[in-house]
Amino acid sequence: MSATLRITCSRSNLQKVRDFVREHLVEEKLSAVTVNQVVLAVDEVVANFIIHANGEDESQFLDLELGVSPHRLDVEIVDQGETIFLPPSHQAPDLREYVRQGRKGGMGMTLVHRLMDDVSFFARDNHTVCHLSKRLP
Amino acid sequence: MKVTAQPSADTLTLHLDGELDASSAILLDTELAKPDILNYKKVLVDCAKLSYISSAGLGVFISHLQRFQDAEVKLVFFNMQEKVFNVFEILGLDALMTIVPTEAEATAA
Repeated sequence: MSATLRITCSRSNLQKVRDFVREHLVEEKLSAVTVNQVVLAVDEVVANFIIHANGEDESQFLDLELGVSPHRLDVEIVDQGETIFLPPSHQAPDLREYVRQGRKGGMGMTLVHRLMDDVSFFARDNHTVCHLSKRLP
Repeated sequence: MKVTAQPSADTLTLHLDGELDASSAILLDTELAKPDILNYKKVLVDCAKLSYISSAGLGVFISHLQRFQDAEVKLVFFNMQEKVFNVFEILGLDALMTIVPTEAEATAA
């Protein structure tokens, strides 16, 4: 099974993205926790592309493709903007320090790495691509 | 996302309803940033109807936690759905924040 979605770079589209992922996982008989983990990982990557890579420029858009095969889920998110946005190598945050500093951001990619089995960002045809995969029960 | 504040003596209860993401986190931030919130001894966060939280929502709580601690205001979460608690747990935030199952336990915390 494979499904696609195109959205413009507005954070108001995050709900649409989450609904799309949930809708296509509903038949997989996964637990609410597992579905939420996949939804969250996709939401975090999409939010990063919208806010940090595209500065919420609504003339830009992202394409999502979600594929489910027995015991495996793959999601590809393509930023159709022409700036290559490869996040720096991931380091686990010191949350006590975040609390002390009153920091709001910096945890999204940590969540993505902990929620999914494989996370990769790469450039293809002058666009940034994020590929996420997770083994399913 | 809806945030409803219910004041009662020295406690403020915030009822969260909906999905807390990068789009809606500003609503919660506005509520927690109000100066008079520090006049309460406790802020209880009712998560019964909170069906989703992303890092943006978590970040709002983290960004106010030190301010609350400095003012000796206790922040307590209760009625959290398993899938939402799982997100706190994955980041290790369950060790930094007070999360209890019921309102009675939150009131007693």
